[in-house]
Order: sequence, then structure tokens, then C-alpha cells
Amino acid sequence: MLSYIVRRLLATIPVMAIVALFVFSLLYLAPGDPAAIIAGDQATVEQIAKIRASLGLNQPFVVRFGHWLWQVVQGNLGTSVFTGQPVSAMIAQRIEPTLSLMILTMLIALTLAIPLGVIAAWKHGTWIDRAIMIFAVLGFSVPVFVIAYLLAYVFGLSFRILPVQGFTPLAKGFWPFLRTLILPSLALGAIYVALLARITRAAMLDVLAQDYVRTARAKGVGQSGVLFVHALKNAANPVVTVAGLGVALLIGGTVVTETVFAIPGLGTLTVNAILERDYPVIQGVVLLFSFMYVLVNLIVDLLYSVFDPRIRL
Amino acid sequence: MSQLAIPEEAAALPEILPPPARHGRLVDFVLLHPGIAIGGGLIGVMTVLAVAAPWLGTVDPQSLDPANMLISPSAGHWFGTDMLGRDIYSRVIYGTRVSLVVGFVVALLASVSGMAIGLVSGFFRALDPVLMRIMDGILAIPAILLAIALMALTQGSVGNVIIAITISQVPQVARLVRGMVLGLREQPFVEAAIAAGTRTPRLIWRHIVPNTLAPLIVQATYICAVAMIIEAILDFIGAGVPPIVPSWGNIMAEGRALWQVKPFIVFFPAFFLSLTVLAVNLLGDGLRDMLDPRLGSGK
Repeated sequence: MLSYIVRRLLATIPVMAIVALFVFSLLYLAPGDPAAIIAGDQATVEQIAKIRASLGLNQPFVVRFGHWLWQVVQGNLGTSVFTGQPVSAMIAQRIEPTLSLMILTMLIALTLAIPLGVIAAWKHGTWIDRAIMIFAVLGFSVPVFVIAYLLAYVFGLSFRILPVQGFTPLAKGFWPFLRTLILPSLALGAIYVALLARITRAAMLDVLAQDYVRTARAKGVGQSGVLFVHALKNAANPVVTVAGLGVALLIGGTVVTETVFAIPGLGTLTVNAILERDYPVIQGVVLLFSFMYVLVNLIVDLLYSVFDPRIRL
Repeated sequence: MSQLAIPEEAAALPEILPPPARHGRLVDFVLLHPGIAIGGGLIGVMTVLAVAAPWLGTVDPQSLDPANMLISPSAGHWFGTDMLGRDIYSRVIYGTRVSLVVGFVVALLASVSGMAIGLVSGFFRALDPVLMRIMDGILAIPAILLAIALMALTQGSVGNVIIAITISQVPQVARLVRGMVLGLREQPFVEAAIAAGTRTPRLIWRHIVPNTLAPLIVQATYICAVAMIIEAILDFIGAGVPPIVPSWGNIMAEGRALWQVKPFIVFFPAFFLSLTVLAVNLLGDGLRDMLDPRLGSGK
């Protein structure tokens, strides 16, 4: 077990190194000379060269990469070109809405998708199965901003049940906080529900064809016992794997969902940074999201051994 | 096609086979693979719209008409006009071009380059760890974020959007092809070909590549769908093609500020985008069921 964990941890190091190299190259290749920007319009060539030397910009790529990486490891993501604030502080200010949105979306999606997938597998080949699978194809095909506008239009504008804009921090009460997040979570979650329902169904169909399921039925285990005790636990690994990989969809979708619902999170920070060409901010957000994604998938790998004790050997 | 030939063929078959189809071959195919028929049909219609855009009652999608801005859908402007008085119907129809070109070209480029990397990885084992670590690294950056980051470096243009999305999709293909190559190398027919003295280039071209094509085509259709969505998202947040270009994402971006009062600006491009992506996904699911019966309706 311990060697498995250590092996998985070690395997994430090269992946994060490649991500870091990519993100650093982004700033390295970015148009515009930071030294010239700092020096201002009146600066002479010598002054710019002096600033460049003081920033270490005239050093080779590898040296600059090493220096940058050391700063990142210490939590220093640089300074925003536009606001002059440290990027890590800007991220810290805006992380609450984004994390809340993603966690709520995952909760809603898992509680919807897994029963849907189980039912589809149980009623395999019937109209219920077909209806669920048609929903899944639609969830894949209708882009997140389309679902977002549709939900906002129906529940926000027509029925006026839920707010269509903004975000209320958790500190101002749980219900106001939840109200602002319901529509964005549903919009963001649609593709995730589709993905998970599909994989749950496929994994359940595989497991339900196994001998031990037949044995369980033969010894008189009821339908729900077979589905949830014998089958679902053994179907868990593919579902958890896809749930982890699907976080990439959530991260990408957050950028769009926050834009539609005007939520002041990391997604809108990214969009603003793009429009302002604020490279240190783009760099910081990409690095953070990728780190989160790798971390989630590391946790998923460690969860395997919980569902499948054979892996512990 | 040759409907006359069917009864003759059927008469020669033993009795245990199902009776010959009563419909034509086309109808049979449609009934057997509804996804391919519906998806393929819709993509066909969209392609016609894209190619024939100038002759479909459209006006110049970039021409401004400040006197007629924000008109609701009516006889003169079927889908209404936007803030600058541009005809939304014309912009949506011309927008088909951008989405289809991006979807098709990204699917093609990602398949070809992913195939090349996968083949190299599967055959030149010394390069495999390096290539796969790089692929893992790219996969660790969520596709939309990667495309956004790459677009931040360059000017917004259809070509750059295509390159940015392709880079985010290549690792999936490379991993798929590599996995298949490793499996195929263990197959008796490949070992036989090697034992018979087949050189590596010929082995790859004649024995490996043809056996990877079916799953690759399915993967390519899914990439096409994803590419269309990412392209629209890039335009929507202002990181895609320049705003003047009529694309579905751009039209939605223009309607963003006004969606509560003028929802039709967002509605029409959203509908076309969803329908097209749905068509591509249906085609992909249908092709998967047809080309790989083992996966069948399972997944």
C-alpha cells in the first residue's frame, strides 16, 4: 500500500514539471518587454537594459526557469501587470466563489448521475434507459453557456425564483450563499452528470454480467441489494476515474459559467486577464487549476485501493 | 442502389439467415444506425448552409446598419438584428463556416499528429517515456484553459484558434494510438510479418495503421464536437477570432450584455451550435457502435 502511494506521488512530479515548464514558457514567449513597461515611455535604451539586468531577464532560459520555479514553490506567483497586486493575493480573493461552485456542482452531479446510471443499467434496453441516455447525449452536446442562459431565462427571468447574477459569500449566511449558486451549479453540472451517468451505466452493465452477481441473485439477495451492495461497489473504480478526469470539464466550464452569471471568481479573473493580456495572472490561474486537477486525480488513484482491496497488495 | 440484386442474393442463402430486407439498403442502414443517419444528415445540412451561405437570402454579415439596431425577429430580419444593426440570420448562417472549419480541421490535425506521436511512442521505445510524460503534462492542463493560455500569446484568428485547440487535443489521440500499437505488436499477424522480414515502415503502414483507424475515426468525431464547443467558448470570452468575424461564439458574446432584454441574439447561435454538436456526437456514437460492436451499447 505504502509503495503504491509513493509510486503515485512520484509519478505526479514529472507531470507537474511539464506543466510548470509550459506555464513558464507562456510568460517567456509573451509579447512585450516587461523591462520596457516598467521603465516607461521616456526611458533610454541603457535604462531598459539596466532594469532588464536587475530583473534577471538577460539570463538564459534555464536559469530564469529555475529562479521562477523556486519563487512558485514558495507561493510567489509574481505581480499583476494591470493592478500591480501580487497574483497570489488576487487568486486568494477570488477562490471562494469558484471552489464553492465546483464543490456544489460535484455534489449535485454525483447525487443525480449515479442513481441515473444505476437505473439505466437496471432497466437496460427499456424506454427508461433510452430516455436517460438521450439526456446524456444532450448533456454532452449543449454547451455550458447555452444551458446557463436557458436556466437563467426560465428560473431567473420568467419565474423569478432565483438570482441570475452575482455571488453571496458564505459568511453572509448559508441560504443566500446557496441561492446564488444553484443555477450556475446546474448549468456547469449538466455535462458532468451526462459523463458520469454514462460511465456508471457502462460499469454497472459490466458488473451485472459477472458470476458473483448471479450467485447473489441465486441465494436470494433482493434487487436493491444486488444493485447497490454487490454491483455498485465493484463498479466504483471506473466511475471514480471518470469523475476525476471530468474535473477538467468543470474547470473549463467554470470560466464560462462565471462569465454568464457574473460571479467574481477565478473564471472571471481569467477572462479579464485575457482581455488585458495580464500574463502573470493567466500564468497563475493556469498553474493553480492544473495543480488542482492533478491533485484530484492523485486522490482518485488513492481511492482505488479503498474500492478494490486487490490494489493494496 | 442495386435493389434488383437483393432477391437473387437472398435466394442463394441458406434458410437459417434472417429473411431478406423488405426495404432498400439505405432504409435498412438508417434503421440499423439511426445515430449515423440523423447525425450525418444534420452535418450534411450544416455543410450545405456553410457552402451556400451567400445564396440563402443573407446580406453581408459584417455590414452595419445603425438605423435598424436591435430589431426583434421579423419578416425583414428573420433572426432580428444586433446592437450594431447587423442581420443575425446572416451572421448565424455565415457562422456555420467558422464552426465547421474549426471542428473538421482540428479533428484532422489532431488525429494525424496524435497518430504520428502514438506510432513513434509505440515503436521507438526509447522515446516513449519522454513523449508520454509530455503528453501527460499537456493533459494535466484542462483543455479550455490550455487553449485560452495559447490564444493569449497570439493574435485572434481562425488559424491560431485551430492550432490552440489542436494542441489541447493531440495527447488523447497519441495515448489512444500508442495503446493500440502496443497491443497490436503482440498480435500473431504482426509477429508473423516481422518474422517474414517486413521492414518497420512497411509494417507500420500495412499492418498497424489500418488496424488503428476505426477507433481513431470515432475519437476524431468526438474531438470535432469538443473543438466546436471550445471555439465558441473562446469567442464568447473574447479570446477567439476577432469580434467582426461572424461566428456563433462571437454572436453570443455580442448578445451577452443584452440577454435579459433581447434574448434572441443569444438564442439563435446557441441553437445552431447545440444542434451541430449534437449531430457530431450522434455520428460519433453511431460510428462507435458500428465499427466496434464489442463496445456496443455498453458505454
